[in-house]
Amino acid sequence: MTFTEVDQVEGEQGDFKIRLKTKPRYIIEEKCTGCSTCTEYCPVQYPDAFNQDISGNKAVHVYFSQAIPLVAYIDESCLYLKDKKCDICRGICKTGAIDFNQTVQKTDINVGAIILSYGIEPFDPGVKDEYGYGRLQNVVTSMDYERLLSSTGPYEGQVRRTSDREHPKKIAWIQCVGSRRVTEGDNSYCSGVCCTYTQKQVILTKDHYQDAECTIFHNDIRSFGKDFERYYQRAEAYDGVRFIRSYASIEKENPENNSVVIRYSTFDDGVKEEEFDMVVLSVGLNPPADSRMLADKFGIELNAHGFNKEIHSNPVKTSKPGVFVSGAFQGPTDIPESVFTASGAGSQCGELLDYRRGNLSRERIYPPETDVSQEEPRIGVFVCHCGANISSVVDVPSTVEYALTLPNVVYAKEQLFSCATNSAQEITELAKEKGLNRVVLGACSPRTLEPLFRDTLREAGLNQYYLDMANIREHCSWVHSKQKEDATKKAQDIIRMSVARAAWLEPLQEFDLPVNKTALVVGGGIGGMTCALSIAAQGHEVQLLEKEKDLGGIARRLDTTIEGMDVQKHLNDLITKVYQNPRIHVSHEATITDVSGYVGSFVTTVETEGQIKKIKHGASVLATGATEYEPEEYLYKENDAVYTHLELGEEIAKKEEKVVNAETLVMIQCVGSRDEKRNYCSRVCCSHAVKNAIKLKKINPDMNIYILFRDMRTYGLREDYYREAADMDVKFIRYEPEEKPQVEAVEEGGRSILRVTLPDPVLGYGLELDADVVSLAAAVIPSETTTKIAGQFKVTLSPDEFFKEAHVKLKPVEFAADGVFLCGTAHYPKHIQETINQAYGAAGRALTLLSHDTVVASGSVCVVNEYDCVSCGACITACTYGAIEFKETPKGKKAWVNPVLCKGDGVCNAKCPTDAIVLKHFTDEEIFGQIDAAVTDEEIRKQMDAAFEDA
Amino acid sequence: MKNEVLPTETIQEFSKGLVSKNSGNQNFGDVMVVGGGVSGIQASLDLATAGFKVYLIEKGASIGGHMAQLDKTFPTNDCSM
Repeated sequence: MTFTEVDQVEGEQGDFKIRLKTKPRYIIEEKCTGCSTCTEYCPVQYPDAFNQDISGNKAVHVYFSQAIPLVAYIDESCLYLKDKKCDICRGICKTGAIDFNQTVQKTDINVGAIILSYGIEPFDPGVKDEYGYGRLQNVVTSMDYERLLSSTGPYEGQVRRTSDREHPKKIAWIQCVGSRRVTEGDNSYCSGVCCTYTQKQVILTKDHYQDAECTIFHNDIRSFGKDFERYYQRAEAYDGVRFIRSYASIEKENPENNSVVIRYSTFDDGVKEEEFDMVVLSVGLNPPADSRMLADKFGIELNAHGFNKEIHSNPVKTSKPGVFVSGAFQGPTDIPESVFTASGAGSQCGELLDYRRGNLSRERIYPPETDVSQEEPRIGVFVCHCGANISSVVDVPSTVEYALTLPNVVYAKEQLFSCATNSAQEITELAKEKGLNRVVLGACSPRTLEPLFRDTLREAGLNQYYLDMANIREHCSWVHSKQKEDATKKAQDIIRMSVARAAWLEPLQEFDLPVNKTALVVGGGIGGMTCALSIAAQGHEVQLLEKEKDLGGIARRLDTTIEGMDVQKHLNDLITKVYQNPRIHVSHEATITDVSGYVGSFVTTVETEGQIKKIKHGASVLATGATEYEPEEYLYKENDAVYTHLELGEEIAKKEEKVVNAETLVMIQCVGSRDEKRNYCSRVCCSHAVKNAIKLKKINPDMNIYILFRDMRTYGLREDYYREAADMDVKFIRYEPEEKPQVEAVEEGGRSILRVTLPDPVLGYGLELDADVVSLAAAVIPSETTTKIAGQFKVTLSPDEFFKEAHVKLKPVEFAADGVFLCGTAHYPKHIQETINQAYGAAGRALTLLSHDTVVASGSVCVVNEYDCVSCGACITACTYGAIEFKETPKGKKAWVNPVLCKGDGVCNAKCPTDAIVLKHFTDEEIFGQIDAAVTDEEIRKQMDAAFEDA
Repeated sequence: MKNEVLPTETIQEFSKGLVSKNSGNQNFGDVMVVGGGVSGIQASLDLATAGFKVYLIEKGASIGGHMAQLDKTFPTNDCSM
């Protein structure tokens, strides 16, 4: 429900009474087709909020071209709404969708649970004069720049200056705008995303304009996420890209060319001023402006920054039962976290409301399928206007006429919006009436709407694979908007090719696979246990495997988190809950020896405490955790005063005298991380160091503590602890990777000390620190079983040998292999709260599978023609899903494709030397038919003749 | 959004008759998600797929949130739509 806000909330978990307030859109949603004709005729120009007010839009318009719902709305700038002056749109709209009489509507709903996903607001640099935003024309925010880069942006993907519409050549980014500052109006926390989004903008700028000069003025570079370190290196490697570690201030505008002068300083050159054509402010993330008001409405507590007050043992919860929080309302987060906390919140709603699940879902019933495979093709072609998206460029009526001339086409028709419910019904009706047995849709990309149109065919009693979509929008009208005649020809070409392919299409069967309701969770650390408990709470049996004697994983070695959560207490609670839960079955000292099966029905063989168990399960969650790198440097293992941060934490918890009474303690960061061997950041060590330092300072305020770092990566709200440590006089000294600190054991005055030496770039000379204790931020590395388990479950690893998720942003807790999910540090190093969030997320995603009785497998899979197969095995090696194996046949050993595991990517087809393996729905006949139709024989002859003549 | 497509049924479910048909019940299995950005959409999709009725409440004209305004996303430079 759009334009809707929550007005009142009453009641308790399980029974909330909500009053919603819906503002008028002045458009009847059911009638609007999103054709945008009204926008064309509207006389009012006003700044377009979607494009950050850089370009204009009309008083009536669709928010953006892919908006959902794709329905226009009327803004307060409308002349009719102001003083009833103009109602052109009402006259123009063919469907009568415009309704100026709409008023605010109040609706009451009852819900059992609430999820708050308020997200963030970009920091507004206009609140502070010093940023020059709004005052200087060529100072933009990163959000503005994002729109400038976008092809749907104000200048259609051209980056232009506000002052003269020229392309800027020299562009500067200023980092931490509104973040990591304790000054009035700014936020003290780190927003966590700006370093990497700036690198993205730099890379995209260089893609747009090779000669662009990009300069980034930054504090620490916080590339703490998965693959971020490599991304940073990629941005840095471009010619003309400078990363300058300096505070930068906007000095003035050059009155002649409106360029912006920035003042900054470097160690080598001191204070400098430099002019840039454009300056981008890398703005941070704020909580929603009205978060206080929202919190009062829902009765939840907020933290000092205005985000939800975190319950450390379960960050998805709020202080009010039944109200959950997902996404950046937990605190500044990136997209993957927003996605898995959403799944996590879903899972916790599921725990609460499981008894009501499925009462509202309805079964679809389709008419029986008619077998038309023996009939001559009778193709129907439907050409969509897509409002004005296609028809403003392509001549649709003449394209319909053209389609009727094509072989096998018995019917053709134009439609304003083929995807509209009534148009889809029309296709169904006409298919039946005209006896169509194949349908071609001249419309958009199959990506979004193919499922809908397949459904339309099923409604007509046709096999759903008798559909072909001719993409005349993305591939034609959108890219050739200025060449209308040629675009019409091209649309006809595309449709002709599609019709040729359609004639070859074969009916394919999808099949339902039963889903075993049990889940297998591999790994009994915090992630695995949290996930197991959440799945079990929703009525499913869970088999939990732990390779050690005891549950707990690496968290057994942690005393508290930086926020002060008692890890051991939480762990004991979890372990008790797991053992007490009748649905969770734990196998200790477990090793997986074999995994077979597929989504919905896996069989995993496990060796546990001398027994062999065969476990049948529908879903698998891999939570195998990570371990600590054993340093080979800095006298580790040689000198007993050298610890890792984990060990140091254990010693502090024990109040070990040698540690807590040390006069001087030196911590060295990035030991085994961010180097050639492990080209990634271990993410947790900076906060780990700060946590240990604060604890030590609280026990022994006189201790000299030095933290030698490369970039302090206390991202998000952890920044406050970094500041607290600095205020406690913990000394932070930066070192460069080329000049790492040296540690040597020396005896002085009868006392053995560790002498740490390093050059200090700030002071400009070498430092010598005599330490009693040295602690190393040893890298977090994948646990040794990761590779083996990845092989068994047929999932892939990323370059750093952590598990590789299906999509880094949108599918962060699942694998490309269906039915296998992941969480915790096996995915990448992370803090405990992040693991908990992700564990609930994995449970939520697993439930979307386990709550169903069956899953559908696609009919577009590969099949082997045994007669042509020469048993070379090339396809077996090529398949990344392990879907192909040898099977004994009367003709000998032949390749066989398991249709359930096959993803239909066709890689094997390309490898097969004898063309014995075929991807159904993309057969050679279908594709060659389509290609042959692209250029007619006549056309080829004509071109060849022309070539001869030229010669 | 690249990989997730709102199923038509889900959209219809959102926009359908708002008065719950189950007003006789003491407890409600429906869930309200407030905020239609990437997180709110994901939560709604998961819950709907797992068999719950969801009300997705968005104060603006379209769902999609700030992510819809982004050009591409790091570190893969995938389109954020």
